[in-house]
Amino acid sequence: MKKNNASDESRGQRMMAWVSERYDLSAIEYLIKKKEVPIHKHSIWYYFGGITLFFFMVQVGTGILLLLYYRPTAEAAFESVQFIMTEVRFGWLIRSVHSWAANLMVFAAFIHLFSVFFMKSYRRPRELTWVSGVFLLLLAMGFGFSGYLLPWNELAFFATKVGTEIVAVVPVIGGFLLKFLRGGEDVTGATLTRFFGFHVAVLPMITTLLLTFHLWVIQKQGMSTPPSIERKQQKPKSMPFVPNFLLRDLLGWILALGALAAIAAIFPWELGVKADPFAPAPAGIRPEWFFVFMFQTLKVIPAKVLFMDGEVLGVLGFGLAGLALILVPFLDKKAALGQKGKLFTIAGIVALLFIIIMTLISYTMPQNF
Amino acid sequence: MRLRRFTYLNTSLLLLWAGFVYAQAESQTQDEVNSCISCHLEVGDELADPVEGMKEDVHTRQGLSCADCHGGDPKAGLDGDMEASMDPGKGYIGIPKRTDIPQFCGRCHSNPNYMRRFNPRVATDQLDRYRTSVHGQRLAKGDTKVATCIDCHGVHGVRGAKDSRSSVYPLNIPETCGKCHADAEHMEGYNIPTDQSEKYKTSVHGIALLEKGDQAAPACNDCHGNHGASPPGAPSVAFICGQCHLNNSELFLKSPHRVAFDEMGLPECETCHGNHGIQHPSDQMLSTGDSGVCIECHEEDSKGYITAVAMHQQIISLENSIQLADSVVSKAERAGMQVSESKFQLHDADDALIKSRTMVHSLSVTKIQEVSKTGLDLAEGALQAGYAALDEVQFRRKGLSISLIFILFLAFGVYLKIREVDQKHPPK
Repeated sequence: MKKNNASDESRGQRMMAWVSERYDLSAIEYLIKKKEVPIHKHSIWYYFGGITLFFFMVQVGTGILLLLYYRPTAEAAFESVQFIMTEVRFGWLIRSVHSWAANLMVFAAFIHLFSVFFMKSYRRPRELTWVSGVFLLLLAMGFGFSGYLLPWNELAFFATKVGTEIVAVVPVIGGFLLKFLRGGEDVTGATLTRFFGFHVAVLPMITTLLLTFHLWVIQKQGMSTPPSIERKQQKPKSMPFVPNFLLRDLLGWILALGALAAIAAIFPWELGVKADPFAPAPAGIRPEWFFVFMFQTLKVIPAKVLFMDGEVLGVLGFGLAGLALILVPFLDKKAALGQKGKLFTIAGIVALLFIIIMTLISYTMPQNF
Repeated sequence: MRLRRFTYLNTSLLLLWAGFVYAQAESQTQDEVNSCISCHLEVGDELADPVEGMKEDVHTRQGLSCADCHGGDPKAGLDGDMEASMDPGKGYIGIPKRTDIPQFCGRCHSNPNYMRRFNPRVATDQLDRYRTSVHGQRLAKGDTKVATCIDCHGVHGVRGAKDSRSSVYPLNIPETCGKCHADAEHMEGYNIPTDQSEKYKTSVHGIALLEKGDQAAPACNDCHGNHGASPPGAPSVAFICGQCHLNNSELFLKSPHRVAFDEMGLPECETCHGNHGIQHPSDQMLSTGDSGVCIECHEEDSKGYITAVAMHQQIISLENSIQLADSVVSKAERAGMQVSESKFQLHDADDALIKSRTMVHSLSVTKIQEVSKTGLDLAEGALQAGYAALDEVQFRRKGLSISLIFILFLAFGVYLKIREVDQKHPPK
């Protein structure tokens, strides 16, 4: 047995030697040997980035499998998903996992964003890690929005119709954006084909580039220690990234896989009824849950606020909030200097409460969008 | 600049004044030309009622005046001489006698050339049809209690049949007919029941029309005709019911019941289904129980009795098969399975059940078997698919349990490895 291990080891070493001879792997070697992860009472939040990444990988895998059977036309999309769910072996599981993992990925990404925000990990020198992360979250939401329409069912059709209508209120370019997204004046088969293109080509390409950058800078700069911990102790305890933290990450992924499998099997994602563009909008149309707080806000804003159209004001407000979110590392001067500052923490709490309350209001008070 | 503003103001005032003068002149002209209106309003009381009623009347809306129906010369009375406008020499008819009303209205309504001006597709056979009706025949004999045009359509306030406020709008027809036919005092001497209206309200047709607002459901006139009369007097009741229930009617007319009913003087569809109080037919009508209608005529062990039992068994067998398949498929659906194909099959099986029920009117057990077999096959297919879906649910649950055990086992292994690694490389 020992002999076998020894021969495996020497085979592994021989392979590494073969690769090292040809390529400079010193950076990877450094990462394996030197990278340390701080240990403190908030360390648990470090795992959510990894879990988001895990769900993204699940999405890529299941998405490729779905692509084998999915047909992106208004005539065949619904039937092809129905075929996947009824005729293809384990197709129901793949589709259910893809839908659930998409939602869990966005959920994990939100947790990751807020934990990074409250731990002020965006401070110098990690500004670009934050900026790339926010863009990745926006891309994840874009994946959700474009993917929602693909089964071409009634709810998705009308939710997309309402969702794209909102784009039209953007001043100056609203009309162009609406036509660009829909591929015409209305939501049709052209919209479906277009969304499919975004979902499987455009968004994955941008995401891959941005994700590579995001992961590279994280590995390069290591994990940030929250200022509150830094102030208490000069240098907190740490553990090696490989293998201690990586194994913990792996444990998290395995548990996430178990949870995902259980949810996907016990609550299979529904298909609904095929979209009929000529039918009246049914009751209870909702966008994906992570857009609900924005829809609810647009509903509660009065039609006219001073001289401005309420909807335009709402869309501009969210646009500015998004911009502020991207620029957080550059706006929070105190955090950059390592000083105490509650303004951004309070703003984060307010934003989080706003999202939760608006979402709850929307789900507890049934309404048509 | 000031001059220009002044000119604008003057022009606007001038236009406003011109409009006012035109509106006044318009209303004056109408009153002046039609002395009927001015005089009747002046006298007031009941003589003013026709003028008030005519405001919403379909004839007024089409541009007709009092003289178009009543004759006379409204202009002649403009100087206050009423008699001059109501001069019989100028065609004045006044109030027509009750027996003359159909002819009175028919002067225009039976004239295709005249009526074409208002609506090229309007019917002009009302008077001819009315004369063939019981109402028309009795009126010709001098019975003035029967309905004439104005009893159904109203007078001085007539509205088009498509106007929901009209007395002949489909939803209002049972009430309009019931004014006379549900009035026992009015109907005295005619020897016909006066409970039709009440029975109709509780019937499947009445509930559909009056409660659900389904205008495809028949009102009185859809079976009895509008101006003409169908039953009584039509050669076959099945012809009347067959206007809507086409397949049932055709099957019945070719069935042995047609000849037998005619020989016995029985009123075809009505014998089994009733008339004004007709209820939604149930499969129990074929049974040998209290609700059975076949056994009212066919004695036990007779050919008809045996046929009824066989037809009932066929229908019930298909109905039960569909119910069983539906419950299994629904159970699978609640468990999260995709069963849309089976639901389509059940939908088609339901169609076969409806066809089988229709086929009962042929009284042929073989034909019912042919149709119901399609439904039974579909229901069986859906049932098997439902069972397969439930088996799949069990398979998935077992698969999930095994996977979770494996995943937890793997997680435990990683946990042990973490402990081992932590000991080897403790936190610094």
